[in-house]
Amino acid sequence: MIYAILGLAIGALLGYITPGVIPKMYASYFSVALMSALDTTFGGLRAAMENKYDNMVFLSGFFVNMLVAVFFCYAGNLLNIDFYLIVILVLGMRVFNNLAIIRRLYLDEKEKEAKGKEKEKAEKAG
Amino acid sequence: MVEIKKHYTKVLIFVVCIILGFMISMQLKSTRRSQTVSVQRAEELTVRLQQVENDRDKLARELEEYRTGKVSSTLKQEMDNLNAYAGRTALQGKGIILTIEDSQQAIKAGENKNLYIIHDEDLLRVVNELRAAGAEAIAINDQRVTGTSEIRCVGPTVLVNETRLAAPFVIKAIGNPQTLESSLKLRGGVLENFKFWGIKAELTKSDKVKVPPAAPRQSYEYAKVVPWDAKKEAEKAEEAGKGGAAK
Repeated sequence: MIYAILGLAIGALLGYITPGVIPKMYASYFSVALMSALDTTFGGLRAAMENKYDNMVFLSGFFVNMLVAVFFCYAGNLLNIDFYLIVILVLGMRVFNNLAIIRRLYLDEKEKEAKGKEKEKAEKAG
Repeated sequence: MVEIKKHYTKVLIFVVCIILGFMISMQLKSTRRSQTVSVQRAEELTVRLQQVENDRDKLARELEEYRTGKVSSTLKQEMDNLNAYAGRTALQGKGIILTIEDSQQAIKAGENKNLYIIHDEDLLRVVNELRAAGAEAIAINDQRVTGTSEIRCVGPTVLVNETRLAAPFVIKAIGNPQTLESSLKLRGGVLENFKFWGIKAELTKSDKVKVPPAAPRQSYEYAKVVPWDAKKEAEKAEEAGKGGAAK
């Protein structure tokens, strides 16, 4: 967890220091890529909480999802369809979904802990 | 809550988070920058304007240089030639001067008096005759006759180069004086015709006939300059002719 937060901070700093901005032309691609990265990260977190985390799945998901999302956007541009809206919508939904599951898992864990403590207490009392 | 056991997993998550943070901050920076985009654009345009103005000034200076004669001599000669062909320079040389005046003859009763004065047609015939005889430059009453000049009747006067001219007409032509004279004096030719109606025509040969320049034409409004391939055009014409025959 510390590594993740540290990484985020360093990355943000790097981005702040880096000169130049994203050209307007690639802004939509970049936002889609960012969205897919967020989605994968939350997905990874959820998997970790479900004890299903796998390095390769996470890593491949991170990069392949990003590339696929950008490619979708590009194809949409070629076909004159606003695909990036769809991609952002779907990825956004997934992020919300993952967050909801993470929240529930977290609450469940808390409840379990609380129940376990109660049990312990009850056992001690009993 | 999350147990991460392997060491390289930590490194991996670290790297991925760096990328994620980098992307987020880049995106934030870009969106913040795009709000001031209009200011940026204005700056850009100002710079561009300055550049274009500099370019313009430079080109204007260059043009001025060329106009004042810093052009190569061959180019200048070519330009002089073309100007001369276009009638934009005064020309001088051997030629003839023809002065024609309305008839002073008493008009016979019942005859059309229009026959006794000079018309645009008369002038046209003279000019045509002179050109056929190889006149290199022609002027009527100091109006240069060029490729676009008109000779047209307007009431009692004649219009040449949009200028009204009245009798007596002085037609100057540069060319071989002998040829020009004989072409006008042909039997049954222009001058004989004039004589019949009593129109006074006086022809003098001169070694120093001076023809004024024509007013420069500003630009073409409808005509465009296009390349011309004589061979291709001939083929086209032939095909068109065949097509017409087939029909």
